[in-house]
Amino acid sequence: MKMSRKWLNEFVDLSLEEYDDHRFGEAMTVSGSKVEVTDDLSRSMKNVRVGRIVSVEKHPNSDHMLVTRIDIGEEEPVQICTGAWNVHAGDMVPVALHNSLLPGGVKITRGKLRGVLSNGMLCSYKELGMTAHDFPYAVITPAAILGDYHPLDPAKPSVPAGIKAGGRIFGKVIAAQVGSVDTIGYSKYALTLNTGSESVMAETGCTNLHAGDLVAYDTEKNRVCTLDDLHAKQEEFPHCISDGILILDEDCRPGDDVAVMLGLDDHVVDYEITPNRPDCLCMIGLAREASVTFKKPLKLHTPVVKATAGGNINDMAKIVIEEPELCPRYTARMVRNVRIAPSPEWMRERIRNAGMRPINNIVDITNYVMMEYGQPMHAFDFSCVKDHEIHVRLAREGETIRTLDGAERRLTPSMLCICDTEKPVAVAGVMGGENSEIVGDTDMVLFESANFNGTSIRRTATALGMRTDASSRYEKGLDVYNTYGAVERACELIELLGAGEVVEGVIDVIPNPLPHTDVRLEPDKINALLGTDIDEATMRDILIRLGFTLDGDIIHVPSWRGDVSHYSDIAEEVARFYGYNEIPTRFAGSTTTCGGFSEVQQCERQVGQVCRSLGLDEIITYSFISPSYYDKIRMPADSPLRDSLRILNPLGEDTSIMRTTILPSMLEILTRNYNYRNKAAYLYEIGRIYLKRPDGTADEPKIVSLGAYGPDMNFFVIKGWIESLLKELGAPELRFTAEKGNASYHPGRCAKVCAGDTCIGVFGQIHPAVAANYGVDTELYCAELSFDALYSVKGGIPVYTPLPRFPSVSRDIAVVCDASIPVGELTDCILDAGGKYLKDCALFDVYKGHHIAEGKKSVAFSLTMRSDEQTLTVEHADETVKAVLKALEERLGAVIR
Amino acid sequence: MKELMQKLRESSIKEILDCDNAERLEAMRVRYLGKKGELTAVLRQMGSLSAEERPAMGQLANQLRADIEAAIEKRRAELSAAMMEHRLASEAVDVTLPGVDRRMGHKHPMYNVLDQLKDIFVGMGFEILDGPEVELADYNFTRLNIDEGHPSRDWTDTFYFTEDGRILLRTQTSPMQIHAMETRQPPIRIIAPGRVYRKDEVDATHSPMFHQIEGMVIDKGITMADLKATLNLVVEKIYGKGTVTRFRPHHFPFTEPSCELDIQCHKCGGKGCPTCKGEGWIEVLGAGMVHPKVLEGCGIDPDVYSGWAFGMGLERLALGEYKITDMRLIFENDVRFLEQF
Repeated sequence: MKMSRKWLNEFVDLSLEEYDDHRFGEAMTVSGSKVEVTDDLSRSMKNVRVGRIVSVEKHPNSDHMLVTRIDIGEEEPVQICTGAWNVHAGDMVPVALHNSLLPGGVKITRGKLRGVLSNGMLCSYKELGMTAHDFPYAVITPAAILGDYHPLDPAKPSVPAGIKAGGRIFGKVIAAQVGSVDTIGYSKYALTLNTGSESVMAETGCTNLHAGDLVAYDTEKNRVCTLDDLHAKQEEFPHCISDGILILDEDCRPGDDVAVMLGLDDHVVDYEITPNRPDCLCMIGLAREASVTFKKPLKLHTPVVKATAGGNINDMAKIVIEEPELCPRYTARMVRNVRIAPSPEWMRERIRNAGMRPINNIVDITNYVMMEYGQPMHAFDFSCVKDHEIHVRLAREGETIRTLDGAERRLTPSMLCICDTEKPVAVAGVMGGENSEIVGDTDMVLFESANFNGTSIRRTATALGMRTDASSRYEKGLDVYNTYGAVERACELIELLGAGEVVEGVIDVIPNPLPHTDVRLEPDKINALLGTDIDEATMRDILIRLGFTLDGDIIHVPSWRGDVSHYSDIAEEVARFYGYNEIPTRFAGSTTTCGGFSEVQQCERQVGQVCRSLGLDEIITYSFISPSYYDKIRMPADSPLRDSLRILNPLGEDTSIMRTTILPSMLEILTRNYNYRNKAAYLYEIGRIYLKRPDGTADEPKIVSLGAYGPDMNFFVIKGWIESLLKELGAPELRFTAEKGNASYHPGRCAKVCAGDTCIGVFGQIHPAVAANYGVDTELYCAELSFDALYSVKGGIPVYTPLPRFPSVSRDIAVVCDASIPVGELTDCILDAGGKYLKDCALFDVYKGHHIAEGKKSVAFSLTMRSDEQTLTVEHADETVKAVLKALEERLGAVIR
Repeated sequence: MKELMQKLRESSIKEILDCDNAERLEAMRVRYLGKKGELTAVLRQMGSLSAEERPAMGQLANQLRADIEAAIEKRRAELSAAMMEHRLASEAVDVTLPGVDRRMGHKHPMYNVLDQLKDIFVGMGFEILDGPEVELADYNFTRLNIDEGHPSRDWTDTFYFTEDGRILLRTQTSPMQIHAMETRQPPIRIIAPGRVYRKDEVDATHSPMFHQIEGMVIDKGITMADLKATLNLVVEKIYGKGTVTRFRPHHFPFTEPSCELDIQCHKCGGKGCPTCKGEGWIEVLGAGMVHPKVLEGCGIDPDVYSGWAFGMGLERLALGEYKITDMRLIFENDVRFLEQF
């Protein structure tokens, strides 16, 4: 929401000098109207003055430049060269003097143009940062000057070469020479023309003519021809253009500062207004906040309408609200003898500084009132409203409307429309229809000032994809009491601008009684909530200044404050102006609570710590994936995990279902790192999967996901990580078993890990076909471990085992067995047979090949033996080894090598 | 004989002190002091001396033995020191060669920030709650005083699982306020960090999935003054002592009064610069007094208990903390990024 400080001064005296941007912005922000930026418009333009052209002469060294002398309110006129032809003695023009600054950071300095000194530059409206909408009167219609004629095809010129006054061009159009040009009004000139045989008088609106110019003269219509009249293209008359110096038609004098004239002596404040305060989306609302913030009186004005046109609106129009829930109020007034014209400069300036574009008096008045009152208005050409009846109703199936932006809109029966007896003439609260648009010959205008249901307007605007200034206000829920004042203000402005005559009477349809809200003033409760000691008088004062009225302890909430309905809302009003930053900072000193990390949370932290000490980096991946990822990881077609929660309105297919497995997320990140040519990646995530519950919600268990690739990765590295992790957690009885059935993993390099009877998860090398699906040509290793399972097998507090008092004896053995026997079975056998002296059995070699029979392998272990009672004897050690070897041979056919 | 000993002294001591290795030194000891050594040979001649001469000569000989021994010992120590020096010199390493790399893993920068916050709140007696991300609209909106028809409920803003809009991906961690009040009796002090989801396209400052942390206190006598004191302390813990804060009115449907907490821009000290977008302040979190209607809806009597709550976005905090310029980096998980933290 943009607000002009100059305009604000109409309601609250807050001069820019006394309340500079910082002071103003800070105070408004801490009272609840957050100021985002303040733009000092004057910074964009410096040293640009109004000048009156004293004389215009041809440039001695150029055939398209003019040399002017300009009165800028000082003793001596200044000399300035210009390439624009639309200037004449007596014109008021904006002059960028030596060392001036124009919008866009353009600097102008004195210089010579083709040898002639130019002390600055005459400006077009574009050079002043304006558009045709800002100066609708300054439209330039150039005459076709024959001296500027450049035929498209020199062999076949449309105007004969070397033509002289009196020469025929076509039809009744001949060449004529301008004798004199006299300005007789704004962009109105009296010409004397020499037609070769006689001298004639003609009037023209073409602004580019000067004595001596040869022009095309239509003898029949007695007028000088424009390019259009000659059906000429712009490139044929390159200097006869509609661009030129802005000739001012303002109440100004030579020497006036153009920045001030354009309203750039203003600071525009841009607010972030919270959605609960639509009343602050206008001047009056912000002025009220400012008046309370700075403790200054609020000056409001009650519009006065003379209503000089005959008749009464009640005899001329009928308004029917068919949907009272969606339209609680519809207020309208009528204007006759409408005269469409540009708005005066003061109104254009305010509209411009509020960030909108001036259009014409009627449109500008509706926008002006919307910005002043916060009440969107619409103006209909009433002659286009069939049967002079307005029906506020829902659209009918199949109805369409072409809106003012030229788009054909298909309406649905949920959309509220303003209709005549036959068709929609506007989409309520969003945009008007072309069929009732105000045009140049509009005579009767109906001003609508209505209140609509915010949600309904928002849904309609969203469905039609057209969020307008009006709809964005309506959608927040506007003050139903505001419609009357706004329409009165619009009519007052019509009379002030002379834009038409207002018809007597107001149509004001209120189908249901209007609501009002009362809240009890409870100072103790307010202080208890805020932790303050604010006296009741201060509270009352704040509320009254905000427009609340008090009747004993009963607070009548003003109609524009739909956000206030509870004592806590009153507390906020009090706090805002007492000052949030004046509220003390004081700990409540209430009951002590024992916070902290739960055991599960501590375990999660521990798992993370172990992963990091193993060298794994933590990642965060999206919880939603693409359904195609299940195929990518070769999940079986009948897997129950394919039944995912599906987002009905996803951003895209890639993020449309909630993952039931964390594997695709890890594979995506490994792939990304691989594609980034990172040599290795070692990653972990503790993330959730989302498993559908019968009631439609989800179980969201956490999975510890590990993933890696790199030159040193193999199956036993990831197995080592898992062993370390489980060991750190103190999980008992680890078991690893080959897992051939998981299609995402390499069938020969995948294992299931269990602790006791609890299955923790799977890990191994990703199936090369899956890696290929991701476009990865290296070995990927992943693990998916259930965090809940890890937590459940976590050991308790460790119990100290006494350190050995006697030395141990170490013996190495090597046995040969069938290659198919897993080492794990040999180890289990050794530990089982070793008896009480065998303390450890460590694998140190597995060998196949030379000296070992086909289908066999040699496995070597180092056995550690120790007695807890005495130094182990050689006999005891020998017995143990013997028992081990015997068991290996008998149970597994493994013989000593 | 005296001359003999004098000669021996001169030759032996000089030779010993000139000796340049340990073996030769040992050979010299044998040569001079051994059973068949030169000194022994000299002493053997003692028998030819008169009884009067013997004690003096004996004393002289003992002195000579002691001096030779001392010379040997001295030289031995010198040689040993020289050897050590030589060895150390030969063992010198180029200390600028790189150390052996032991890979350490890295916590994700956002969780670094989150863990810091958790520690701060745990220290103040808060417990940490974890809750569902697939949530009921009832918890995510209705019971938080967010009406039917509120824009945040639109299908353009929120991800839904059911046509009736009953089940959705939570758009904020605030439903954890309701879960906490349902499962606990006051006094309640909780924080609830987690993933939240909004229908925003991915760009430098948006992601359809991001993280928030919710906090709530409910007890007798909780006031806005307590809210300010607690959050000021938290901000000081995050941003350092002396951080200037500002509380400014704001709007959330489930708190009243509501506020936002800004910190003064550390870069410009409040004057306004690109870091704070010219405002001089940086928005940190939203907060407010738990709306009495929300308390009531959870069966807590607002006439007895009051509370405050806050919520803050974690991504923005992490981005600010580590000067990360693009939120996409957070979810991209490039190891070259992760290893910087």
